[in-house]
Amino acid sequence: MTTLEARPATARILAGIGGAGQRLDLAAHTAVHGPLALGARRDRHWADGFVDAIAESGITGRGGAGFPTGRKIETLRSERRRPMVVVNAMEGEPASCKDHFLATRVPHLVLDGAALMAACVNAPGVTVCVPRGSTAAARSFVTALAERERAGVGGVPVTVVQPPARYVAGEESALSNWLDGGDSRPQFRPDRPAVPRVKGRPALVDNAETLAHVALIARYGPVWFREVGTPEAPGTTLVTVSGAVDEPGILEVPLGSMVSSVLSTAGAGSTGGVLLGGYGGTWLAPSDVGTPYDPVSLREVGCTTGVGVMVALPAGGCGLAETARIAHWMASESAGQCGPCVFGLPAVAQDLTALAQGRASHRDADRLWARLGTIDGRGACRHPDGVVRLIRSAVTAFAADVNRHLAHGPCPGAAWPSVLALPHREVVEWR
Amino acid sequence: MAVERRLRLDPVACDAFGHCAELVPELIGIDEWGYPVVDGSPIPSHLMDHVDAAVRACPRNALSVQRVDGPGRRRPIASSRVVVRRPGAP
Repeated sequence: MTTLEARPATARILAGIGGAGQRLDLAAHTAVHGPLALGARRDRHWADGFVDAIAESGITGRGGAGFPTGRKIETLRSERRRPMVVVNAMEGEPASCKDHFLATRVPHLVLDGAALMAACVNAPGVTVCVPRGSTAAARSFVTALAERERAGVGGVPVTVVQPPARYVAGEESALSNWLDGGDSRPQFRPDRPAVPRVKGRPALVDNAETLAHVALIARYGPVWFREVGTPEAPGTTLVTVSGAVDEPGILEVPLGSMVSSVLSTAGAGSTGGVLLGGYGGTWLAPSDVGTPYDPVSLREVGCTTGVGVMVALPAGGCGLAETARIAHWMASESAGQCGPCVFGLPAVAQDLTALAQGRASHRDADRLWARLGTIDGRGACRHPDGVVRLIRSAVTAFAADVNRHLAHGPCPGAAWPSVLALPHREVVEWR
Repeated sequence: MAVERRLRLDPVACDAFGHCAELVPELIGIDEWGYPVVDGSPIPSHLMDHVDAAVRACPRNALSVQRVDGPGRRRPIASSRVVVRRPGAP
């Protein structure tokens, strides 16, 4: 995990944290954002207003999928049984530490968001999920809950749980299956988008950052939320910036900010490309770093926002070698359930390594492209698809490098040390 | 609205026995690791009997037929546990 230092360019979620990145306890949180105004139980009028505000704000989920939060609440409100609210702070993405940051610095913002959601859908309780081993995050939430109880801040009962720390454990179906007493492995859900269920109840699963934004929208309104960002992608977003930058850390930026300006805020010089959206994300070519950071603009250059991650490749670094390392790591993080993932990911990771090391022929390269097409869309979850997307984007962004590697062998950058976090798991567990 | 039938594979349940691909090679291929690659296009009616056989033959119960009667409305009509007799079938 990257070292944390927040430098709020547009401080909304990060308001009041300061350069040292201290934790806001309930008193500090209330001083910065004001008290939480929760609707009374079963107050339809309040809940309708809250849902309207969320829908008007245009906020989309910050966990990677980018689904409109307003539509998700509407779906859950039409369920017959009272839903559970699940806070997803699992953050399996090694290049991201925004959820960890939220948990350890502004837990009350996340808990406010969860309490609002719970009041809106009349939930009997809230479950906060932080990865096993993230003791600081779990302790911060538990301390925050004690602070809230002492101060008499309302809301339904909240429990903090720690599912296994795995890349796929935060996937919605994996998370709900674990909460149901099963493995934290993704489930085959043919009729997506079905609502996940926990102990027979529907579950409203929201990313921790999404809930922090919700807490602010409830206070300041949808018009305020839309003051920054783009009309299609309003608001700010947290971005974990790492790699070839002087000051790695968490930035809060308006959506639509240029990727290059976000990077230069973090002290980046010229880069050899930027990994966006995490290890299942996409590479942005060095020539495209002027692209605005929002889903619409990034789609035009074949990229995705995914989860808020930017990893700067140093100029002269080898994007193919780095992608091969990610592919191997992602293969090791497979839940081991679906054949195309179990066998396909190691195979394409090997192919890419051969290419990066300059051992691959044109026939090997053709086999890699063919394998990518074979794997895509054939898993129960999107884990293999993410690896395919990443490799395809690497081949596009570093097209000249691919040809050079095929013709002349590896570039000097292929032997450079990696700029990526690739955590080693001491224990592999799913329960 | 015309009713379409499509193959659906549960990739978690599938253990690459490969019976399905032998019974309906027209719609099911095999990848280099032995796992079926299912064609998601509508099943032609003349292949329905073969598809039913493939669904029943799967030892892992991983293959099913889903009926699509409109945009977004899907429900499975047959799996290897439930055999649905179609109108006109013997």
